Amino acid sequence: MTELATYNFAYLDEQTKRMIRRAILKAIAIPGYQVPFASREMPMPYGWGTGGVQVTAAIIGPKDTLKVIDQGADDTTNAVSIRAFFQKVANVPVTTKTTEATIIQTRHRIPETALAAGQTLVYQVPIPEPLRFLEPRETETRKMHALEEYGLMHVKLYEDIARHGHIATTYAYPVKVEGRYVMDPSPTPKFDNPKMHNSPALQLFGAGREKRIYAIPPYTQVVSLDFEDHPFEIQKFSQPCALCGAKGSYLDEVILDDKGGSMFVCSDTDFCEERQAAGHRGELSAPQAEAAE
Amino acid sequence: MRAATQVFEGGFADTVLNSQEIFRALMDAMANPGRVISVGDLALAPSPLSPAIASIAATLLDHDAVVWCDKPVKASQDAIGWLKFHTGVELTNDPSQADFALVSDIENMPSFDSFAKGTSEYPDRSTTIILQVTGFDGSQELTLEGPGIKDNAVFAPNELPRMFIEQWAANRGVFPRGIDLIFAGNGALAALPRTTRISKKEA
Repeated sequence: MTELATYNFAYLDEQTKRMIRRAILKAIAIPGYQVPFASREMPMPYGWGTGGVQVTAAIIGPKDTLKVIDQGADDTTNAVSIRAFFQKVANVPVTTKTTEATIIQTRHRIPETALAAGQTLVYQVPIPEPLRFLEPRETETRKMHALEEYGLMHVKLYEDIARHGHIATTYAYPVKVEGRYVMDPSPTPKFDNPKMHNSPALQLFGAGREKRIYAIPPYTQVVSLDFEDHPFEIQKFSQPCALCGAKGSYLDEVILDDKGGSMFVCSDTDFCEERQAAGHRGELSAPQAEAAE
Repeated sequence: MRAATQVFEGGFADTVLNSQEIFRALMDAMANPGRVISVGDLALAPSPLSPAIASIAATLLDHDAVVWCDKPVKASQDAIGWLKFHTGVELTNDPSQADFALVSDIENMPSFDSFAKGTSEYPDRSTTIILQVTGFDGSQELTLEGPGIKDNAVFAPNELPRMFIEQWAANRGVFPRGIDLIFAGNGALAALPRTTRISKKEA
């Protein structure tokens, strides 16, 4: 030790980790139920992923390899700073490759590459309560969960249909876990909802400001709410990714100029780069790369 | 003095990384019910506590956890002294008030009904029972189904509480309330969360 003092491994003190760990075990035992926990102040503001960071800090060890994504990208501010944070306080190996990671902390996306058994996906959650915008009182929403009274959520989806002709909810689309708890999958696009169902990976959700942890164990039933005559559908894109030509991945629109020009690219940067490295090309790929092909 | 030494010795050599290692085993066990996960003898407590149950106690317990111990554990001043010294835990005589229960004598343990099952609003306020078993190659094989299990799994702890199948069915019946089980074996651990459906394996 050359330095006088360092942070405890993974930043949090041991008592905090035990408290979070106990909450995680309870969350896994009751899939979809939001376990209250004593969320701590972190060296970043609420809203920047403090819930996910606390969950990751409580589970991470020297044998782990960490990947952090923000809206699917490894190279945006939130992802870069959280990755650097864990490099500094836990000195763990980090990666951008989905297949190499044991823990993937994510803000609002699930990687396109299918997750494997043994991997843990940690979500950063802003509002964990799916009923919050329908019923502001915590005492009431808690009672609604206790009584399995989810009619209000179906009314909300029905109002979408009455107003727009289809279910217009596109992100934070409510799911029912193992036939019991209605759960907010965090503001992921509904495109990602089917990936939560029967996933071989463990999914943990941390909401720092709202002080809740919840979980979906591997191989657990996760069903998006819908109606018989208006079945759940994921977003579809009319064009492939402009860089890797992928069809069936989730695309971001990138504005190119002030004349309305734009391109659509994969939101999952690792998936897109892997495809480009494998020789796939989109319509806006660099011309020299095309020549080389 | 000998007794006092036993009480103070045997904690984790590396509190931070040892407890992380045991917790990850517990998390994997809870997420994959019935999976037997090997762990080292990282903590050593006085009899009747085995190294596995001592490691789990040192990982999960502290002054925020209320713990109920069964008779053989409670009767051992050394074991209780070790738990108090290494975890600072608060003990209770009322199993329905316990966050955790340490059970070394499974044959004579109280029924699952005696422990906290949580409330409908707060099903997490329930007891996690840690059972000390001698191993996971028992004669009674159980078939498990439910979240965390692809298709089904086979689980055979050497010891099981009396009327286990019936008690567990009743525990399943009050879901989302209910108790969860952690099995501390010989150099290994496993778990059964309340979601798991259990049947006897047909011979």
